[in-house]
Amino acid sequence: MNQLQGKLAERYGARDWTDRRADLSSVTVDVLRIRDVLYWLRDEAGYAHLSFATAVDNIERGVFTLTYSLRNHGTGHWLLVHCDVDRGHPVVDSVHLLWGQAWTYQREMKEWFGIDFPGSPRVDEEFVLEGWEGPPMMRRDFDSLAYSDATYAERPGRTTVDPAMHMKERLYPEADA
Amino acid sequence: MFEKKDRPVPLANEGLVPEERGLFCDAAPREYAPANKVVEDFWNWARAQSLWILGFGTGCGAIELRPLMTSRYDMYRYGIQPRPTPRQSSVFVIGGYASVKTLKRIVRSYEQMMGPKFVVALGSCTINGGMYWDSYNTIKRIDQYIPVDVYITGCMPRPEALLAGFQELKRIIRAGRAEGQNAYARDFGWYKANQKKVIKDWNMPDYNW
Repeated sequence: MNQLQGKLAERYGARDWTDRRADLSSVTVDVLRIRDVLYWLRDEAGYAHLSFATAVDNIERGVFTLTYSLRNHGTGHWLLVHCDVDRGHPVVDSVHLLWGQAWTYQREMKEWFGIDFPGSPRVDEEFVLEGWEGPPMMRRDFDSLAYSDATYAERPGRTTVDPAMHMKERLYPEADA
Repeated sequence: MFEKKDRPVPLANEGLVPEERGLFCDAAPREYAPANKVVEDFWNWARAQSLWILGFGTGCGAIELRPLMTSRYDMYRYGIQPRPTPRQSSVFVIGGYASVKTLKRIVRSYEQMMGPKFVVALGSCTINGGMYWDSYNTIKRIDQYIPVDVYITGCMPRPEALLAGFQELKRIIRAGRAEGQNAYARDFGWYKANQKKVIKDWNMPDYNW
């Protein structure tokens, strides 16, 4: 894979190549070049299959990290392509023309994280939620518990026990702490 | 059976576009007026003996209905069987957690069921939210949105627990205490306000009959 690593670095400034398994590597590229990189990987390097695309909210660094999971069916090698996009302006090139299924993943990322993919089919429509009015709920600054408490009626009397303490007191009282 | 003066105010159906409002019912549900005691007792006996479940698995708890239907637990011997449509069903089994999206279908299906109708809610999630207590999209107690006649606790409740729950429902029906449907009609405004509080894109009739 060193040859591919070198080419990606040379052509697209790819960095942080990591071999995670014998058949799985990851690499990071600049978000502005993501479509070029994926296009080249698909047509020139044999990574013809986009199996998955998703995002992670790295709020500490102020970015969303997108991950595209590609597979080269000739060599059986998986490649994870990462790119960071600014949380304040999360707009990424759509790759639905490279892989038809990509628009589904992009719709998901639009609804869950608020990452926009201009031109992607139906990207502004609801995906799994209906009538959702809050902020994108998979962003880590969205407080799910506070939203739930404010929105859904609760039955009083619910208590919570620490599982470890509960087992110790009820089942194994003779055990040491 | 019902006097004209009992007719409630027509429902606004504001969730529908104006040209569609005329296509749907605008009458709120009304309470059931029982017949005399002997007849009603007989009817309650008959109702308890043929519980027809709506075949709509609303959550993960619906997986427990499969062993009930098949030979090991065999719910048919108790006069319980699934039906494919709300119109033929008398029991709605809420199978655990209900997301807002599912709740919309639950409300719609429940209202489409013909009376007398009963609701069995199984699993912790229907009672106090269960493991979804802090979810942004899952309601925490189903009885705020539709009336519940019997709860079955557990996560998941075993098929034996479901059978016990159905036996309890039969006892309640025979005693004439399965009043969920009447409660829904009586407190219709309260239920509807609760439903509309969480179902933000209300685009169906106010009463789906």
